[in-house]
Amino acid sequence: MHDKTLAQQSQMLKSSQTSSVELVNHYLERIERLNPDINAYVSVNADEARVAAADADKTRAAGNAGALTGIPIAHKDIFCTKGITTTCGSRILQNFKAPYDATVVTRLADAGVVSLGKANMDEFAMGSSNENSYYGPVSNPWQRDRVPGGSSGGSAALVAARLAAAATGTDTGGSIRQPAAFCGITGIKPTYGRVSRYGMIAFASSLDQGGPMAQTAEDCALLLQAMSGHDVRDSTSSTLDVPDFSASLDRDLKGLRVGVPTEYFADGLDDGVAVAVQAALAELEKAGAILKEISLPNQQHCIPAYYVIAPAEASSNLSRFDGVRFGYRCENPQDLEDLYTRTRGEGFGDEVKRRILIGAYALSAGYYDAYYKKAQQVRQLVSNDFTEAFKEVDVIAGPTTPTVAFKSGEKTDPISMYLNDLFTVSANLSGLPGLSAPCGFSDGLPVGLQLVAPVFEEARLLNIAHRYQQITDWHAQSPAGTD
Amino acid sequence: MAWETVIGLEIHAQLKTRSKIFSAASTAFGAEPNTQASAVDLGLPGVLPVVNKDVVRMAVKFAIATGAAIGKRSVFARKNYFYPDLPKGYQISQMDYPIVGVGSITVTLPDGTDKTVGLTRAHLEEDAGKSVHDMFEGATGIDLNRAGTPLLEIVSEPDMRSATEAVAYARHVHSLVRYIDICDGNMQEGSFRCDANVSIREMGSTELGTRTEIKNVNSFRFLERAIDFEVERQIDILEDGGRIVQETRLYDADKDETRSMRSKEEANDYRYFPDPDLPPLVIDDAFIEAVAKTMPELPAKRRSRFIDELGLTPIDAQALCADKQTANYFEAVLAGQSFAPKLASNWVLGEVFGRMNKEDVALADLPVDAAELGTLIQRVDDGTLSGKLGKQVFDALWSGEHDVDAIIDARGLKQISDTGAIEAMVDEVIAANSSQLAEYRAGKEKLLSFFVGAVMKASKGKANPAQLNQMLKEKLKG
Repeated sequence: MHDKTLAQQSQMLKSSQTSSVELVNHYLERIERLNPDINAYVSVNADEARVAAADADKTRAAGNAGALTGIPIAHKDIFCTKGITTTCGSRILQNFKAPYDATVVTRLADAGVVSLGKANMDEFAMGSSNENSYYGPVSNPWQRDRVPGGSSGGSAALVAARLAAAATGTDTGGSIRQPAAFCGITGIKPTYGRVSRYGMIAFASSLDQGGPMAQTAEDCALLLQAMSGHDVRDSTSSTLDVPDFSASLDRDLKGLRVGVPTEYFADGLDDGVAVAVQAALAELEKAGAILKEISLPNQQHCIPAYYVIAPAEASSNLSRFDGVRFGYRCENPQDLEDLYTRTRGEGFGDEVKRRILIGAYALSAGYYDAYYKKAQQVRQLVSNDFTEAFKEVDVIAGPTTPTVAFKSGEKTDPISMYLNDLFTVSANLSGLPGLSAPCGFSDGLPVGLQLVAPVFEEARLLNIAHRYQQITDWHAQSPAGTD
Repeated sequence: MAWETVIGLEIHAQLKTRSKIFSAASTAFGAEPNTQASAVDLGLPGVLPVVNKDVVRMAVKFAIATGAAIGKRSVFARKNYFYPDLPKGYQISQMDYPIVGVGSITVTLPDGTDKTVGLTRAHLEEDAGKSVHDMFEGATGIDLNRAGTPLLEIVSEPDMRSATEAVAYARHVHSLVRYIDICDGNMQEGSFRCDANVSIREMGSTELGTRTEIKNVNSFRFLERAIDFEVERQIDILEDGGRIVQETRLYDADKDETRSMRSKEEANDYRYFPDPDLPPLVIDDAFIEAVAKTMPELPAKRRSRFIDELGLTPIDAQALCADKQTANYFEAVLAGQSFAPKLASNWVLGEVFGRMNKEDVALADLPVDAAELGTLIQRVDDGTLSGKLGKQVFDALWSGEHDVDAIIDARGLKQISDTGAIEAMVDEVIAANSSQLAEYRAGKEKLLSFFVGAVMKASKGKANPAQLNQMLKEKLKG
C-alpha cells in the first residue's frame, strides 16, 4: 500500500479498496518500525491522525470527499500547528506550541489531508544536509551513511522511505529541490507568492516558499492545488488565480523549448550526475522537446549574493527568539543582557549563529552598501538573466545538485556545504518556480533533474515532469530495507 | 556672546484607528495588560504583518492638510534592536521612502505674526509595548497592548529659533491632527509626543551646532521649559569653553531639568533594511482623491474666513480656530442670528472660556448650548437685555436652566426701554435729590453718575442705559 503514489491511494480510497484509517494505521506502524533508524519525523501525532482519518472516512461516506480526503502526509516542522509542538529543528523552540495553524496546514486540512506528524529539518531551515537539527541528523534511506539533503531532509527521507504519501517542505535556496534530488523523490518550489507564508517560520522572507514533496509530479499537482492561492494574512501572497494543475499534466511536450544553461555543465559537476541528466534531456527530446543551449552569465554570482541576502533577513527574523515571550529561556538570568546572551547562545546551533552574525554584519552601518545593497543589485542581474533566457525558451533544465548525496560528517567547511545550492538558489533569488524530479542513479544514489519556469508557470513544470515520469520509472523506485 | 537657538521637532502622533497598524487587535487605551495583543503583536513565529488601510488614509489626510508631497511608493523598513517590549526585535518603520515627503507649515505666533516651519517628512511606524517596572518586585513586566499601535512621526526642519516658536508649532500640529481627525491629541496618554532637537550657535553663524534630543515631554508647558532649560545648559557649557555632547536627554518635570539618557557613542546601529514581509505601499491618484473628499475645512482656511468674512481680529480668529470643537461651537452660536460675529466672539472667548477655565470644564461638557447662547446674545443685541443682565441669564444657562426668553420673563429681566416709564423714574429721582441737582447745575457734572445710579436702582437695573443717560442729561440741564 505504501508503494502506491498519493494519486493511486486517492483512487483506492475512492473505490473503497482501502480506508483512510487503514492507510494511517499502516503508515503509523511503518513509522514506529523504520523511523528510529531514519529519524525523519521529530514528532508523530498518532491519536490526532487516527481521529482525522476516521473523520475523513465519514466525509467520504457522506459523499463529500475530494482527491486529498484521507491522504496521510507529514508537515515539515517549520509550519506552525495549533496545539502540536513546532520546533523548527531548534532547541529554542523545543516546547513551542503555536496557538494557530499555518495557512498551508489549514488549507491541506480543509482539503481532507491527515497529518501524521512533523518532519525533521535543519535548524531554522539553514542547511543542506539535515545535520543541523537539534533533534539529530536524518539518514538518507538509500544509503544510511549519506545525508538526505536539507533543509527539508526529514520530509524527503520520509517520502523516500514511504513513511507517508507526501510531505510539505520549504525552499529558501533549494531546501525542497536538493533533498528531493538526494532522496529520489519529486518536489516543487512554487513561484514566490504562490503559497502563503503565514505560520511558516521565517528564515529569509523574500526567498522562502512552501511546496509539496511526493513520489510524483502528479501527486505534487494535487497537493499544490490545495496549498496555493492568495491569503489575506500574507501581503506577499499573489492574488492571481490558481490554474488547475492536474488538468494540464498530460499536455504534449512537442515543440517545447528546453533551455540548457552552459554554466550548469561546467567544472564541479559530478560525472555520474551529468550522465543521468543528459540522458533525461535526451528523453525529453525524444518526447518532442527542442533542446537549446543558453547562458545564464551571472550564475556564478548567485551563491555570494544569496549568502548575504538570506542571512541578512534571517538575522532580523530570528531576533524575536529572545526568551521573553515564548520558547527556550536560559536558567536564572542575571540581567537583561544575560537573558539575551545565554538564551540565544544556548538555544541556537552553530550554523544559525554563523548566519545571524553574517547577516547582522552585512546590514551594519558602513557595510550595508557594500554587501546588502550590492547583493540586491546582483539579485536583479540574476533575475534579468532569466528574463532574457525565457524570451527564447519555455523552461530551463539541468541538474538539481552538482553531486549526489554526500556522506554524513563529510562536509565540515561551511563554504563547500553552501556550494550544494549552486543550481538552486537562482530560482529563489528570481522568485521563479523550480521542480526536481528523479532522473537516474549514480553510485546507487538518486540524481535529480531540475526544471525552472517563468513566474506562475508551475503547471508547465508539473506537465513536463509528469510526461517524463510516464516514460521513465526512476520515481517509482524505492530504497532497499524499507519494506 | 549672542547665541541663536535652533530647534527641530519630531512629533509622534498616534493615529486614531480602531485596530493596530499591522494586526486586527484593538488600540483602545487602558485595557488589562496583554489583553489587546494578537499573535502578530506578540511577534510569534511565522506570523506576518498586513497594513491597515485606515492608517494609510490618515497619513494621506495629513499630507493633504499640510500640502506636503505624498510618497506614492513608500517602503516599510525594519529598525533592528533588542528590547523586551519590542516583540519582534525590530520595529517596522519607514526609512528612505516615507509616506509623506517635504512640505511646510505656517504657524501663527503668540504676537500674531506668522512663521513658516519646514516639514522634512512624516512616516508610518508601529509603537512598541511598555515595560512596567512597578508591578513586580525585582522584575519587569511587559505589557504589549500598545505594541503595534500606529504612529505618524512628523519630522520638522530645524527652523524654530525659540521655545515659544517650538511650542507654537507643536500646538499647531496638535490642533491640525485633531482637526483632520487622525489623532486624539491626548498628551497624558501619550497619543501625541514631542521630541525636541536643540542646538545653539553664535548669532550670525549658518552652521548647525551639536544637538541634543529631548524626550519624555508630555505637555506644551513642559516642552517650553525643557527647551529653555536645555538652551541655558548649552550656553553655560559653551561659555565655559566646553563642548556639547550629542546625546538623548530626558526631561524631568519634577526637577525641571534635562538629564543624559544615552550618548551617540552608545547608540544602536539599527541595521535598517526594507521589510521583506511588506511590499512597497503604492498609493494611486484615485485613493488620494477619495481621501481629499473627506477633508474638513482646515484651521488656516477657517481662520482666514473668520477674519475676512466675519470681521474678527486675527488674534480672536486664531483663538477660536485652535481646535475644531471651539470653532464649531462658535459657528453654531452664530447660526440663524443677525448680530455682529464680533459679539459672539467676545462672548465665547470672554464669558464661556472664562467660566470653562475657572471651573475646569471641557468644551464637550459645556452646559450652555450654542443655540441658546446665540439667542442670549441676540436679546442683548436687540436691547431686550442689558449686557449686565445678559450675564445673569448666562449664569442661569450655566447652572442648567434652559430657554433664554423664559428665563428673562420668569426673572423679569427685560430691559425697560419705554420712554414714559424711564421719564417717570427720572423725574422722581430728580425731585428727591434737589441739593445734588443744584450742585450739578452749578457745574459739578460728575454727579451725572450719581443720578444714573439712582435711576438704575429704582428700575432694578432694567432701564435702558442709553435712553436713561440721554434723558437725564436733558432733564438735569433744566
